[in-house]
Amino acid sequence: MDIARLIHMANQVGAYFEAEPERSAARAGVADHLARFWEPRMRALILAYLDQAEEGDALSPLVREALLEHRARLARRGAVP
Amino acid sequence: MSLSCQHDRGTPARLSTRQVSLRIDGLSVSVPAGTSVLHAAAVAGIDIPRLCASEALEAFGSCRLCVVEVKGRRGFPASCTTLVEEDMEVTTESDALLRLRRGVMELYISDHPLDCLTCSANGNCELQDMAGRVGLREVRYADGANHLKEEADVSNPYFAYDPAKCIVCSRCVRACADIQGTFALTTTERGFASRIAAAGGADFLDSECVSCGACVAACPTAALMEKSVIQQGQPQRGVTTTCAYCGVGCSLNAELQGEKLIRMVPDPKGGANRGHACVKGRFAWGYATHADRITTPMIRQSIRDPWRVVGWEEAIHHAAAEFKRLQGRYGAESVGSITSSRCSNEETYLVQKLTRAAFGVNNVDTCARVCHSPTGYGLKQTLGESAGTQDFDSVMQADVVLVIGANPTDGHPVFGSRLKQRLRQGAKLIVADPRTIDLVDTPHVRAVHHLKLRPGTNVALVNALAHVIVAEGLVDEAFVAARCDGASFAKWRAFVADPRHSPEATAAVTGVPAATVRGAARLYATGGNGAIYYGLGVTEHSQGSTMVMGIANLAMATGNIGRPGVGVNPLRGQNNVQGSCDMGSFPHELPGYRHVSDDATRHLFESAWGVKLSDEPGLRIPNMFDAALSGSFKGLYVQGEDIAQSDPNTQHVTAALESLECLVVQDLFLNETAKFAHVFLPGASFLEKDGTFTNAERRISRIRKVMRPLAGHADWEVTQMLANALGYPMNYGHPSEIMDEIARLTPSFHGVSYARLDELGSLQWPCNEAHPQGTPTMHVEEFVRGKGRFMLTEYVATEERVNRRFPLLLTTGRILSQYNVGAQTRRTANTVWHPEDILELHPLDAEDRGIRDGDWVGLQSRAGETVLRALISTRMQPGVVYTTFHWPGSGANVVTTENSDWATNCPEYKVTAVQVSRVEEPSEWQRRFARFNREQQTLLDNRQRDDHATV
Ligand code: SF4
Ligand code: SF4
Ligand code: SF4
Ligand code: FES
Repeated sequence: MDIARLIHMANQVGAYFEAEPERSAARAGVADHLARFWEPRMRALILAYLDQAEEGDALSPLVREALLEHRARLARRGAVP
Repeated sequence: MSLSCQHDRGTPARLSTRQVSLRIDGLSVSVPAGTSVLHAAAVAGIDIPRLCASEALEAFGSCRLCVVEVKGRRGFPASCTTLVEEDMEVTTESDALLRLRRGVMELYISDHPLDCLTCSANGNCELQDMAGRVGLREVRYADGANHLKEEADVSNPYFAYDPAKCIVCSRCVRACADIQGTFALTTTERGFASRIAAAGGADFLDSECVSCGACVAACPTAALMEKSVIQQGQPQRGVTTTCAYCGVGCSLNAELQGEKLIRMVPDPKGGANRGHACVKGRFAWGYATHADRITTPMIRQSIRDPWRVVGWEEAIHHAAAEFKRLQGRYGAESVGSITSSRCSNEETYLVQKLTRAAFGVNNVDTCARVCHSPTGYGLKQTLGESAGTQDFDSVMQADVVLVIGANPTDGHPVFGSRLKQRLRQGAKLIVADPRTIDLVDTPHVRAVHHLKLRPGTNVALVNALAHVIVAEGLVDEAFVAARCDGASFAKWRAFVADPRHSPEATAAVTGVPAATVRGAARLYATGGNGAIYYGLGVTEHSQGSTMVMGIANLAMATGNIGRPGVGVNPLRGQNNVQGSCDMGSFPHELPGYRHVSDDATRHLFESAWGVKLSDEPGLRIPNMFDAALSGSFKGLYVQGEDIAQSDPNTQHVTAALESLECLVVQDLFLNETAKFAHVFLPGASFLEKDGTFTNAERRISRIRKVMRPLAGHADWEVTQMLANALGYPMNYGHPSEIMDEIARLTPSFHGVSYARLDELGSLQWPCNEAHPQGTPTMHVEEFVRGKGRFMLTEYVATEERVNRRFPLLLTTGRILSQYNVGAQTRRTANTVWHPEDILELHPLDAEDRGIRDGDWVGLQSRAGETVLRALISTRMQPGVVYTTFHWPGSGANVVTTENSDWATNCPEYKVTAVQVSRVEEPSEWQRRFARFNREQQTLLDNRQRDDHATV
């Protein structure tokens, strides 16, 4: 899937949670949203992007922090069918 | 007169709790205060003759056929306008009364053709009935002046007006005014010269009439009559069913001769529509038997091959084998399904069940993705349930109505009429919409405030409204303290109190003057019962879900939720949007809005379905397209949807469809999507199957089979055959068994069954042990989630912004006579009202570009370009243009982009940056589209018929 589009979508999710005054809650909010609504291949791609991207990548800081902190939650749960 | 009107009680029922007892012809009867003598007599089983009265209308008292004698009173009062009084003694038959009535009838008949035997109303005419009832035997003035030579007005495609048969009872005039609220009819002149005329035009078609049919239903004679009855004769039997168009979900009686549908009339007992309908449901059903219907399954290897007509078995086995091949080659997750909001609950349930149980994945989505998915998300987060809070009747108790991003008189006409009734009674209206929709200023209705905001700034506006409510102390503190989550409220209060949300600060963004916002907020918060109705102008934005939550916040903060007259009311687009969502069509939710990762729910379904289910959310429709284009999604089963026309950025969608190895489309017609299909499975119209639809008020209503499926199978049977061929057994004998399974597995449906629906007519979920009669109003004692949760709603500007290249904003929508992609309504006479999609633009924008009314204009965005005809209109604000997407060739969605709601991927149909310019020829896309279309039509026309196929 087009990674630019996934980044854009992830940043949109991030932009919503920016309003949350507590940063840890905002990070949890982003991660929870992706875990609940993003299909595993989308999550896998965004995590792969996180790993290969250099500093200053296209992810917003909040999304980047959320992915780093909650990466275990975002990994695919079961085996690939 | 429809078959169901034959037990009409003459004047409307009254709701008073005070009973009044009287005697009529010696019989004691007790009725609510305010009831007419005519109605009370009907309750007592006494039928007083009448002509100008009807239960659907307030009494008028013009014909004087309903005269009675009242003890202690002089003269002969009209029973329709005389109200019951305690201990009144009424006599309905006497020699004097008979003489009077005969006199009345004689005058009527003297100016009425005596061609009863050949009249279209023969056998179903109130005038004829009354002549018989009063024993009319001679007409003394038959040679006088009359209207018998006047010509009929046949301009409307569905009904005719024959003035020769008009008795000037004015029932039609009152129906148009009181029920429909259009005021298109007037009585011209007075006395003998008086006639009925459609205002604002030379004839009905040319007038302000919106062809709702209320006048036709009200007419006691053949003066206003359905053309189908004129041509085919009176219907013989009626079957109650539900309209298959919009989310109002009107209850309709299909009136038939054998299996042949003669007319559709609104059901006076219908809970959603109370006896009213609109031009679509009432008249536009001809598509069901249109010659374009495809009634045999077809398959082909590639979309450049001609279709091959095959039997059901071959088609189903071919589809199943293809899906299995794809899953074997590319992995289980390479296939998925799309359910339809136009199909029944039972059908939708089966498609998601097939996807989860037979495909073994959660890649199932529904077209609600592209309309109301933000409603599901936003209301679940705040109130705890993904549904509207009220029934439609509730509007009659509202004092202030806030309509946001909805155009009820076009999109939800029967609700629109109801709303206008309430507004004429004095309720106040606030409209938030970039366009001056009809409601803003229509006969006898005028919005107190029109918040004419810039497209894409909803959230800034709702925050400004909230700011005023908080800053000016208009919060219902007691309600919030008792019913809402304190911590979330405190956070929200601090958030919206920030000066950056004030109307003064946001005016530059929204374009709405601060004083107007303040006035609207005060009125909504303090004007009594405040009800919010919203539509796709709220959801179809990059912040659609945020806006839904913003609306729920407003309702909670002002205590406008949890009782009749208030609430948060999403107006659903298609007939079964609510139902398709309820049935587990979303890739992350099992039926009843329970997340797939919830172990208890999943185990419940696993043990009922006998399979292991995935706990991971599946792909949403736009994700399916993206995955298809990147090669990881290969097979799709689409039931009753036309994603190639309805979804945004057409070229992106069609590229995705072209990349599929197996596309199975189940539909009535070879729609735009089916032109990319490898397997075509013929669908059945709503007249050909049993099932249920759930409308915008959570009302579950039956659709009933009135004719056999043209292709031999109802849609649920086809899904069942496909599941079986995939190796997952399904053995339902009737849709009622599917509903029984849904009820068993879904707590809010525990009390639903076909038997209960037959008994009560319809049921609003939740319907279970706690609410055996259903639930008209939700969140009465507490919110479904316990305490109502306030959500923060920061305004984030959409990236679809105007710039030098694309200086205008396009917003899209729909109109009254056409429905969605138009697959149905384009195949009816409704095209006389809307033969093509047009681009509306403000005179200033037109002048800047040298555009005149009717010019061809190019409409261009970063996604694509199309060409339409221009209509210059001050309904638009400068800088904003508008079109509809009812015709595939007009390509509105070639122009819309894939930008979408942050939470749900609901497309941002309502905001696209565009340029408009005068052009001379169709766009490049339109030329390609026309070519492709011709090619596909040829492949269909040349379909190969295998003589051995058992069709
Ligand atoms: S069809 Fe409806 S709008 Fe038209 S005149 Fe009759 S009642 Fe009025
Ligand atoms: S058209 Fe029918 S309803 Fe209207 S005034 Fe004439 S008879 Fe009455
Ligand atoms: S389209 Fe909507 S308003 Fe019109 S008859 Fe059907 S359900 Fe009712
Ligand atoms: S029915 Fe009462 S006056 Fe016509």
